Amino acid sequence: MLDKKIAGYSDEISVAPGERIRFMVSCEPGVDRYQADIVRLISGDRQPDGPGYRDELLPTSVSGEYPGRTQETYYGSYAVVPDSPAFAALGSLSLQAAIFPTLPSLRRACLISKMDVDAGLGFALWTDPADGLVLQLGDGAGGQREFALGRPFVAREWYLVSATYDADSGEIRLRQELLDSYARDTSSGAASHSSDGSAAVGCDAPLLIAAASREEARGKPIGEMIFNGRIERPVVASRALEPGEIEALRSDSVPLALRSDVCAAWDFAQAIETDDIVDISPNRAHGTLINLPIRAVRGSNWTGDELSFRHAPDQYAAIHFVDDSLYDCEWDVDFELEVPADTPSGLYAARLTSGDQEDHITFIVRPPRDRATASLALLIPTASYMAYGNSRGGIEVGSELLANRLHVVSPEERYLNRHPEYGNSMYDDHNDGTGVCYSSRLRPLINIRPTHPWLWQLSADMHIVEWLEAQDIPFDVITDEDMHQDGVSLLERYACVMTCSHPEYYSTNMWDALHAFTQRGGRLMYMGGNGFYWRVAYRDDKPGAMEMRRTEDGSRSWASEPGEYYMAFTGEYGGLWWRAGRTPQSLVGNGFIAQGFDHSSYFRRTADSHDPRAAFIFEGIDDEIIGDFGLIGGGAAGLELDSASRAYGTPPHALTVATSEQHTDAYIRVNEDIGHMLLSIGGQDDPQVHADVVFFETPRGGAVFSTGSIGWSSALFHNHHDNNVSRMTRNVLDRFLDPAPFA
Amino acid sequence: MPSQYPIDPSRTDLAREFMANPMGPHSAALQRIVTRMRDGEAAGRYVLVTRVPHEEWVLAQISGQRGVDLTLLEDQVFSSLEDAERAVFKMRWELITGTPLLLD
Repeated sequence: MLDKKIAGYSDEISVAPGERIRFMVSCEPGVDRYQADIVRLISGDRQPDGPGYRDELLPTSVSGEYPGRTQETYYGSYAVVPDSPAFAALGSLSLQAAIFPTLPSLRRACLISKMDVDAGLGFALWTDPADGLVLQLGDGAGGQREFALGRPFVAREWYLVSATYDADSGEIRLRQELLDSYARDTSSGAASHSSDGSAAVGCDAPLLIAAASREEARGKPIGEMIFNGRIERPVVASRALEPGEIEALRSDSVPLALRSDVCAAWDFAQAIETDDIVDISPNRAHGTLINLPIRAVRGSNWTGDELSFRHAPDQYAAIHFVDDSLYDCEWDVDFELEVPADTPSGLYAARLTSGDQEDHITFIVRPPRDRATASLALLIPTASYMAYGNSRGGIEVGSELLANRLHVVSPEERYLNRHPEYGNSMYDDHNDGTGVCYSSRLRPLINIRPTHPWLWQLSADMHIVEWLEAQDIPFDVITDEDMHQDGVSLLERYACVMTCSHPEYYSTNMWDALHAFTQRGGRLMYMGGNGFYWRVAYRDDKPGAMEMRRTEDGSRSWASEPGEYYMAFTGEYGGLWWRAGRTPQSLVGNGFIAQGFDHSSYFRRTADSHDPRAAFIFEGIDDEIIGDFGLIGGGAAGLELDSASRAYGTPPHALTVATSEQHTDAYIRVNEDIGHMLLSIGGQDDPQVHADVVFFETPRGGAVFSTGSIGWSSALFHNHHDNNVSRMTRNVLDRFLDPAPFA
Repeated sequence: MPSQYPIDPSRTDLAREFMANPMGPHSAALQRIVTRMRDGEAAGRYVLVTRVPHEEWVLAQISGQRGVDLTLLEDQVFSSLEDAERAVFKMRWELITGTPLLLD
């Protein structure tokens, strides 16, 4: 049985000839050396009936043997504040924050720390599974002393916690107060201790919020004992504050009378769109967030009157830290490539091999930045790749109800399960049950590989690449990120843009670019299903990161909390594009209506298909049934289905040229289209459960053709491309590349 | 709470239907049984682990916990996905109904 042991990632996803791309690789013990080559990817599906894996070596200086090594990944989110004169006056001490622990029973977790452990200097405030709030103070002699409150926290409740130490009296006071009100609450309380000797609370270590640290790596403290949950308005003061003073510091300014005592008071309501945390005390001891904790989340004082953090920032002064988030592995570079100037645009990979081990770190070579080198562009949905990257549901849940069969676990899934440090997909929960709303490509994305046995995203899109290669049609390859950055000017270089099988996640820039392209005479072939569905956001200062919120409805593996539907990166309303007034139907003529994962079905031609406007689509095709074959589920109409709907914005002149039928009961209509819940929700009973192939003309001679199904591209290879799905696709592509305008 | 749909152990006709066509589509009555069987907690759920791609699979039970590996049931090896479905159906039938599935 193969045991996967090697994986890597690159710093860029799309590079032009002449540009550099760096590759980072980590090997588990047993892989001492590996061969690396740059290859152009041609085909990926290794199923017995599939086209198999094929690539073409690109001769580069990369080709060669490299030593295998294990690279460390530090994950989990926290904040770092460098040591500063702000903390020089510490002798006595006050620490406070509002906290919302989400996993208080898991293990001890650090709220705030500034500790030189070896010297026995500094302080740390903890949550403890049994003792609740715990204050740790350095003893000045290489040790620490602990003072516990003695009452465990209840998960997912807001508390005001404080700890004070008076250096003169030696008195230590701990307090944790439930901010909600429950009868029989036993989790609130206070405790006093005597330090019984002096404590040494000053040190020159950096201050961490939501973590403790013993050592540094890659220029920053490694966060350990990371707190899961929310922290709001943490304050450090150099005097033992009274309860009234502690309460007065729960605001967006430091009272004048306390400014001499407060070392730092961080207002997380500021700079929400960034990694910065802002100290509002006169000391301005600002800090930086590591590994993308969740911002734009409700604070302890959220009223529900405002739903956007921009409308009431003081009610969003919390940050949600989690112990399993990751932005950038920050591995050392193993090799790099300067893309040769004459490299044709295409889908490429750094192919790593060692015995039976392999990995394909996939990237795109786009055409030179100032021009196109073909009339057709294949648009690689890198946003959707990032959303699904490192999906853990298969091996963690093993859901059989989705596919209506036993889940088959691949070596790649077991490898991913061994590596929680590689982070999660946007379909997973964090360890504390909170949905994952950020993703990054600066880490190995184990399932975004051309040969991954789960035919989904890249591995499924290889069917389109294989088909285009076989058609001998020149094409450039561009990505979502290219389109997001360059806008419609990138697309306008092409007569036709072709999507991949499941372009589900779209930023505003991407949506605008694609829509403008269709409105300016461009031709768009939407080769999949459930596209243009979720809204995502990028951040210019955070390359490779992406955000989304799973809001009101939609097919969701988790749901955002109320009041947390606006994305921290941009302030935009997250969730379904439909909820922002932009339906997929208005862009491409059809939109997500149903999904199922057992048997795929087929399409039947409609009366519209005999309209003379659609004649070019069916040239040479006499069949009434289209696509009753395919490499995923046995049909072209499968997995996720899109249908046309005037009510949802399908253009009034659109032609529905084929409609699928006979879907199984494993196919269920999307919840956002369900009003009352009725018994007739499965494919056998619900007539809405079907896909529509749609064609319509757009202004200035443009046109859109939409296949309505993720399964469509899996049918292209059947009978070595001699089939009616392939023929239809080719007919449309030929006409879409023909400059003659559509009416 | 797991599915509560009752499985009638006398309906061996439905079991025979499954054995004849384990990948479906199933009749509505059989699908109700299969749905109940496929529902439930993640911890301990049966999955198949690829031993030889597209040729051989071994039954396993997942931990339901991130970072905790599945447990291989090395004596349950299958050379077809259909046979694996049949074997698991049989085990679950007995587990849920308390009656072994005996089809002559």
